[in-house]
Amino acid sequence: MSDEHGDRRQALRTEALESLLVEKGLLESAAVDAVVAAFEAHLGPMVGARMVARAWVDPAFKRRMLESGTAAMTELGISGPEAKQLVVVENSDRVHNVVVCTLCSCYPWAVLGLPPSWYKDPAYRSRVVREPRAVLREFGLDLPESKEVRVWDSSAEVRYMVLPERPAGSEDLAEQDLQALVSRDSMIGVGLAGPGA
Amino acid sequence: MRSQPDQQGPGAPPRKNGELVFREPWESRAFGMVMSLHEQGLFAWDEFREHLIAAIARWDRAHPEAASGGDSEDYVYYEHWLAAFEALLEKRALCRRSEVQERTRRFAARPPGHDHAHDGSHDHARDHSGDDSGD
Repeated sequence: MSDEHGDRRQALRTEALESLLVEKGLLESAAVDAVVAAFEAHLGPMVGARMVARAWVDPAFKRRMLESGTAAMTELGISGPEAKQLVVVENSDRVHNVVVCTLCSCYPWAVLGLPPSWYKDPAYRSRVVREPRAVLREFGLDLPESKEVRVWDSSAEVRYMVLPERPAGSEDLAEQDLQALVSRDSMIGVGLAGPGA
Repeated sequence: MRSQPDQQGPGAPPRKNGELVFREPWESRAFGMVMSLHEQGLFAWDEFREHLIAAIARWDRAHPEAASGGDSEDYVYYEHWLAAFEALLEKRALCRRSEVQERTRRFAARPPGHDHAHDGSHDHARDHSGDDSGD
């Protein structure tokens, strides 16, 4: 949370920086516009939801996706910025996975868009590694003690995405309808897939 | 009193999952600048990330209570993003902090009524270069 004065200061500094970089011939404002527009309009968790839904209906694709998330993205024609190595980790009745970047904010932009504020907050970054079950409970996710919780710390090289469990009762749904069950939070691991996603 | 932008409808800022993608326009410009220069190949992502991690670590060290869920109202992610960007540009001698400070002061001294939302709808350097003549 910033204050209005702080925001004004940052806004002036950012404007000054952009103005200088344009003058030095390093940057074009139109290129900056394009980047921002892409992130605001085109990138987002609906991309990851496509991968999840496909994995739910197609076991061979799921196998390939778990071997290489990056290759699976290419298969579905998903590219986008920061297409670093994507590793998809699978939730099951025995294991629940959750993703973090303890040092900054590394996140699989290409499949989930930009991370939510809470993902970047100091509290989440440090607590989800130290006390994952408590953090998940605060997100409304109460896991049985018998379930193993695995926390994946993202880095510049490797970004993680969770393959949530397919919700019970969704057996008859078409792939496109399954996509609607996959929330961003379920692909970070702080929620489950299901209706109202 | 700061006027509130439209929260819903066509005038509203872009949202994903009910959350703003960028909290303020300056955040989107800071983000876009880094991405644009990275995409041009000016620096490897690791290089920027090192500066980002360092900037965040400085804040974390100064606010130890935040790690246990204490007050992190002061934590503005894109401030660290911007600081990291400036550090990278300084280290690579692409743009000096002193230049940024000087230009920021100049912009801050502009007469009222100049400041308008920076939504990227115009090339700022081009449109305003005439303001400085004779200064």
